[in-house]
Amino acid sequence: MQGAAEKAQDLAEKAVAAAKEKAAEVAEDPKVKQAVSDLKEKVAGVASQAVQTAVVTAEAMVKPAEKEAKIITPQMAKIPEGPLEKKWTNYKDHQKLVNPANKRKLDVIVVGTGLAGASAAASLAEMGFNVLNFCIQDSPRRAHSIAAQGGINAAKNYQNDGDSVYRLYYDTIKGGDYRAREANVYRLAEVSNNIIDQCVAQGVPFAREYGGLLDNRSFGGAQVSRTFYAKGQTGQQLLLGAYSALSRQIGKGKVKMYTRYEMLDIVMIADENGEKRARGIIARNLVTGRIERFFAHAVVVGSGGYGNTFFLSTNAMASNGSAAMQMYRHGAYFANPCYAQIHPTCIPKHGDFQSKLTLMSESLRNDGRIWVPKKLEDAKRLQKGEIKGRDIPEEDRDYYLERRYPAFGNLVPRDVASRAAKERCDAGYGVNNTGLAVFLDFSEAIQRLGKDVVAQKYGNLFQMYEKIVDENPYENPMMIFPAIHYTMGGIWVDYELQTSVKGLFCIGEANFSDHGANRLGASALMQGLADGYFVLPYTIQNYLSDQIGVPRMSTDLPEFAEAEKAVEAKIAKLMAIQGKRSVDSIHKELGVVMWDFVGMGRTADGLREAIKKIDAIKKEFWTNVYIPGTADSLNNELEKALRLADFIEIGRLMAVDALHREESCGGHFREEYQTPDGEALRQDDKFSYVGCWKYMGEDNEPELIKEPLDYEFTERKTRNYKA
Amino acid sequence: MDKNINIKVRVWRQAGPKAQGHFETYELHDIFQGASFLEMMDILNEKLIAEHKDPIAFDHDCREGICGMCSLYVNGHPHGPDQEITTCQLHMRRFHDGETITVEPWRSRAFPVIKDLMVDRGAYDKIMQAGGFVSVNTGGVPDANAIPIPKPKADEAMDAASCIGCGACAAACKNGSAMLFVAAKVSQLALLPQGRIEAKQRAKAMVAKMDELGFGNCTNTGACAAECPKSVSLAHIARLNREFIGAKFSD
Amino acid sequence: MWLTNSSIGRKLVMSITGTCLVLFLLFHASMNLTLIFSEDAYNWICSVLGANWYALIGTAGLALLVLLHFVFAFILTFQNRRARGDDRYAINDRQKGVDWESQNMLVLGIIILGFLVLHLANFWFKMQFQEMTGLKTGAFDPQNGAAYVKYLFTGIYDPAQVVNDGMLNMPDWAHPLYCCLYLVWLAAIWFHLTHGVWSAMQTMGLSSNTWLPRIKVIGNVISTIVVLMFAAVIVYFLGMYIGVKLA
Repeated sequence: MQGAAEKAQDLAEKAVAAAKEKAAEVAEDPKVKQAVSDLKEKVAGVASQAVQTAVVTAEAMVKPAEKEAKIITPQMAKIPEGPLEKKWTNYKDHQKLVNPANKRKLDVIVVGTGLAGASAAASLAEMGFNVLNFCIQDSPRRAHSIAAQGGINAAKNYQNDGDSVYRLYYDTIKGGDYRAREANVYRLAEVSNNIIDQCVAQGVPFAREYGGLLDNRSFGGAQVSRTFYAKGQTGQQLLLGAYSALSRQIGKGKVKMYTRYEMLDIVMIADENGEKRARGIIARNLVTGRIERFFAHAVVVGSGGYGNTFFLSTNAMASNGSAAMQMYRHGAYFANPCYAQIHPTCIPKHGDFQSKLTLMSESLRNDGRIWVPKKLEDAKRLQKGEIKGRDIPEEDRDYYLERRYPAFGNLVPRDVASRAAKERCDAGYGVNNTGLAVFLDFSEAIQRLGKDVVAQKYGNLFQMYEKIVDENPYENPMMIFPAIHYTMGGIWVDYELQTSVKGLFCIGEANFSDHGANRLGASALMQGLADGYFVLPYTIQNYLSDQIGVPRMSTDLPEFAEAEKAVEAKIAKLMAIQGKRSVDSIHKELGVVMWDFVGMGRTADGLREAIKKIDAIKKEFWTNVYIPGTADSLNNELEKALRLADFIEIGRLMAVDALHREESCGGHFREEYQTPDGEALRQDDKFSYVGCWKYMGEDNEPELIKEPLDYEFTERKTRNYKA
Repeated sequence: MDKNINIKVRVWRQAGPKAQGHFETYELHDIFQGASFLEMMDILNEKLIAEHKDPIAFDHDCREGICGMCSLYVNGHPHGPDQEITTCQLHMRRFHDGETITVEPWRSRAFPVIKDLMVDRGAYDKIMQAGGFVSVNTGGVPDANAIPIPKPKADEAMDAASCIGCGACAAACKNGSAMLFVAAKVSQLALLPQGRIEAKQRAKAMVAKMDELGFGNCTNTGACAAECPKSVSLAHIARLNREFIGAKFSD
Repeated sequence: MWLTNSSIGRKLVMSITGTCLVLFLLFHASMNLTLIFSEDAYNWICSVLGANWYALIGTAGLALLVLLHFVFAFILTFQNRRARGDDRYAINDRQKGVDWESQNMLVLGIIILGFLVLHLANFWFKMQFQEMTGLKTGAFDPQNGAAYVKYLFTGIYDPAQVVNDGMLNMPDWAHPLYCCLYLVWLAAIWFHLTHGVWSAMQTMGLSSNTWLPRIKVIGNVISTIVVLMFAAVIVYFLGMYIGVKLA
């Protein structure tokens, strides 16, 4: 369909050009020149008529094609036929495979070494493909997946509490506020069990019970215990498992590892049918500053989320959305950019110089109780520092989550807990000097379980809190506040994890993922590893099986040279600005706009305001940023500037998407759309679709393309954590 | 109670791997003690940028003590003068008004300086590539609960596995030895039945690679464990020795 | 050969030679201790050892152990300094829980070696060497070790036991000085062993989370016993010297 639309547009443009050329030719003809004055009107009339005719004809051709292109059907998303629980099996049974001899002839670039990237690179190399793997850190082991604390979900039902693949599927769909694809989520739940098996085989030291079998804990949004964990460092252990598998392949020479390299563009080369395919990348060696070219038959991006658009987030300092923007600019749709998760249990902000927010594991909500004072005057005194949390008597405490959501209490999903905290703080009940914090109290747990048990369970988290805040959480309740943590939105992919660009795949948090509008705790690790170990290595073969005839291409091809030139031009432009402001100062400004207007509570007016402000920030950035040093050496400021340029675009895209989505769902809360008691109000009749944004050029508004979400197998309900 | 302090920061500046390095001292005023050490470094860099000077290059990423990217040898200690934390978790309340803080890069032959405080720790990755894994491919593995593992063993493996590969052990060691790092991985996998099968081969391969890369010989000073942000125990080094010697004798 | 070309192998050589030397010290100290109780018993041990073939082999073995221990110590230290790199830290602050001796084993070793030369000149040269070669290097019969030890540390001797007058040439103040020098030496040995014993066990892999504190205690106990046994004899003679002077 897209092809047709493009062809039509092409035709129209050619017609216009031809008409213009004719007009000019006629006007310039020396013989005619004499009579120009006489004929001018006539000729112009003819020319304009020609143009008009051409435009009308083109429009007529384009319109029906475009209309169809604006909808993504299940067929286009390559969702297999059959009942829900058979789809993945059906797909695997019928997909095309690449034989071992041909795998050796195929190169795959994997960008990123997080859970998705490392597991994909390792698995592809094990199968026999040649893998080129890139990361911006000094080692693949440092990707930000490592910071995940709580655990990983799987439908093992080891605890015999009634868990099943269906139940994990259902909880994930429901937790995502019915904005995820049924087939994808079911597949995720299916492979979740394989992930646990795989990790144990790699030597991941999951927590165990005294009998020697695996232990589980409960997590927000579920009524069963299905979360596997390794102390408070599950992400680290899973990533090190994937890293060890990757290391093994690097040692064998099947993966060529490029550390301290940052992808700056994707190289597209047209095939014999004129269809553009991703065939390589342009990357900058962050140590030498050299721009380098790399070819591959397919490009897989697992570059993580774009939470750092907010400047302050729980993401690592170098986490960025630039890879996503490069894909977007080459025609990959950016889906649901407005779905960003705000995590309820972060340590509150303490000053303007702050560079990073620290997350406290969600597992704290298993035993900790969240409250603010009932009386406004108590809150005022807390804000002035006159009293401490422990001074407020039990009867004057408002355990608002337990009050509002008796069934789930402190274990409601993240979006609900975050909004409830914001609601209380907006009402003036915040408990620290900024008025932006609530208490997380363990005094009841300490009484019930004893200090030793609490210390055993949460000791390391308490210690971390004390190191940062300098206050003992055993004696005085902790203070927490929501912070940006994860982005459910991302690059649109089909069932095969392929973007709307041929040969370009996107995995992990970077894609728009299976979490819908809100992700449940312990599901990010599950999705990253599912994509990397068990989905992409299969589905990419369906694409690569057609590429076995494509020989390795030279990076001297003009497409590579042009892409490199464009990257160099962009860098040169940035370096030439030589303005007055540091990259971080502009990024902080963007962060404030994002938090104020595109954060937990969004309104149409606020979002319009945000777009205006972001446009102004963009202008400020491109005219007044100052980058010291040179481009051809190690230059952290240049790296940050390149990323900020993309964050500004993403920020705007988030605001545009949030403005268009006139409903509240999951991580997207529009204040105009809420129930009388302040709960999110979905508009299923209007917005039950994936909002995909198509890049239309630097200065044009993106175009919205919809992938309708027809719930075939699951009945949609209003999420209710009250009873 | 946290307050604002004035400090001097004495920082190692080195333009490149082969350049001659030197110390430079910068003054900073009104630094809030509640700020983290790296936020102080951010403030210093913002100041340098405002003065159109080259900002200080240093590694950092997650800023919550788990990625292992941050390094820095602060006042004679890797990860600074506090226990069981990484540099990014160090706070300015550990320093007093008027103090001069000396910041150096990791110094070890196997960790050459890239620029200023940034070093190349690729040697650790190479050791891992030599054998820090269990040789299983994706798929085709037994059920996770097929082999029960005694809890004490699993817990000890977890303690070893908590290594973040930051390099503080080799940086702290007067011998520039990477034993604690290698021991953590060898020990973790030797404790688990899944890793037991290749334990001998792994110990030999990883130690050989470690020696080849120019790390020093362990003399059991214990500085590594004392500075390890994750408190990886010396007992793991003993297990590595046991595995290695056993493997060599069984050859 | 993995004992020489792997780091753990080289350390194993250090720990095995070190352990043997500690065992020798234990034997030597026990032997010395008999001096306090019975000079005859001590002389009997001297006569059993003497210049017999097994004692000579033992001596040669000991010399080899010492040589190996030192050669490897120098190789390890050289390699370790190289591994550290050319740029040294400007600020060094010893970590909590890291013992001074553990970072200065070579220095302690060199001190011990220096004293060892003195010790060999004083005893081995005048006893086993004399017996072996028949040269008159000592004032007393090589079989009469007790008399020589007593003379060295206190200056007291029985003229009837002297076989070579020319060797009774120590000034009076040298006797207590020797006592003190030996005590200093023993202090160095104590420091060296408090790290050396547990470190050897650690290198041999005889350690775990439970046993790590225990082997440190074992190391302290062994080194203290060895040093106390040696020191007891020195203090005994020093007391004798002072007693004579006061009387």
